[in-house]
Amino acid sequence: MAKSNKPIFWSLFAAGGTLAAFLAPVLVLLFLLAAWGHAPSVLSYANLHAFAANWLGKLALLGVITLFLWHAAHRLRVTLHDFGLRQDGRVALVVYSVASVGTVLTLLYLIRI
Amino acid sequence: MKERLVQLEVMRYDPEGDTEPHFQRYEVMCKDEWVVLDALNAIKESLDPTLAYRWSCHMAVCGSCGMMINGEPKLSCHAFLRDYPGVIRVEPLANFPIERDLVTVADDFIDKLKRVKPYLIPKEKKTLAEGEYKQTPAQLMKYRQFSMCINCMLCYAACPEYALQPKFLGPAAITLAHRYNQDSRDGGRDERQEVIATNEGVWECSFVGACSEVCPKAVDPAGALQQVKVASTLDWFKEHLLPGGSPK
Amino acid sequence: MSRKPYVRPVSKTGWYFKHPRYLRYMSREVTCIFIGAFALLMVCTLERLSKGQAAFDSFMAALTGPWSALGLLVILAFAVHNATSWFNVTPKALPVQMGEEFLAGKYIIGAHYAVWLVTTVSVLLFAGVF
Repeated sequence: MAKSNKPIFWSLFAAGGTLAAFLAPVLVLLFLLAAWGHAPSVLSYANLHAFAANWLGKLALLGVITLFLWHAAHRLRVTLHDFGLRQDGRVALVVYSVASVGTVLTLLYLIRI
Repeated sequence: MKERLVQLEVMRYDPEGDTEPHFQRYEVMCKDEWVVLDALNAIKESLDPTLAYRWSCHMAVCGSCGMMINGEPKLSCHAFLRDYPGVIRVEPLANFPIERDLVTVADDFIDKLKRVKPYLIPKEKKTLAEGEYKQTPAQLMKYRQFSMCINCMLCYAACPEYALQPKFLGPAAITLAHRYNQDSRDGGRDERQEVIATNEGVWECSFVGACSEVCPKAVDPAGALQQVKVASTLDWFKEHLLPGGSPK
Repeated sequence: MSRKPYVRPVSKTGWYFKHPRYLRYMSREVTCIFIGAFALLMVCTLERLSKGQAAFDSFMAALTGPWSALGLLVILAFAVHNATSWFNVTPKALPVQMGEEFLAGKYIIGAHYAVWLVTTVSVLLFAGVF
């Protein structure tokens, strides 16, 4: 049987999972504070725009968002398999397409800012 | 020495008569310190000689007596009656076809063990005159844990991915491959990767971890499989990104 | 004597209800739905940010409220569950051998929690929460 090409997706899953483990809770907390009406100063238009306008900020946002997307995509592929949706090929196509679209859009928006 | 009357619900299946398995209840006097295997032996000796099951060492080293005990894969010689106060449900090991009563068809497992080339393929062949293949204690520790597998198949019974995809190589077979890949005397990693770095090899694993939870020898097959994933991923990048493929 | 092995059927959709350890596994895996949702939220935030102050401010206003807070709280819970379950298994995937011994898992896990704490505090500081 031929060697699998899953490693590429798995490495994105692993990198994204590690990053999400360390960063997702605090990032969600920032939005949660905003939802509670106490938005932290970084989530103001001026500050967030300044952050995203800076190339380091762009890199950070690109890295975090794309890795979260690809982590979720690969894990969702496996989870749907576990839930009984066994057409792995089709599921993979859908989840990775969504992650790809998300990646392209992120790039686009970051370029615009 | 205390005794109590123990009730067991044992799955029976007669391939020559039954269309499907059914449960049979037995009541047998057991000593307090007995294990489930002792109870089965008492049943066979005094109540029902037709009951079929595998066992050998009675001390959790041979791997013969794996069964589902109250829904959990266990070695019946390692399941103490004192831990089961009520009726004990005994079934053949999950995810394997039933041959008869508590005896499963282990062919698929044996096949898979063979496929991973579970033997030393020496890095450099030595003649007898050249002496032994030497190894330091530190080199031994790199794979020693994974060499403790007694082939009891409890991990296959616990693994839901094996239950859903019988083609999956499975925890023990891949751990065995890893044991040899990690052995400093071995040079057969590339050959084994052709078998385990496939979709039905390590990539069917989703790190449920049930295998390691039920392993009676603390082999930690789940850990071994994740290590194989990491190694296989590094391989993949070397093969696909380095000019000229991976360095041989 | 004739052989007629019996294959017991396995439910493709209900197998994980058969044992608590499988439910625990599924609870870990479904965290990806919430991480993914949050990633998409971040993409939307970027889109609104790229459209200017008015667009961004009305987006943030829409995010304010009890339902949004509840949703984000659920996402937070799953994000934390992902973090803790991830840290706990790292020593198995990446064992650290030192001579003849292996570094005990608790040190690797402890180091992860320490980094998690430092990262969280750093981001909160940077974000101006305190």
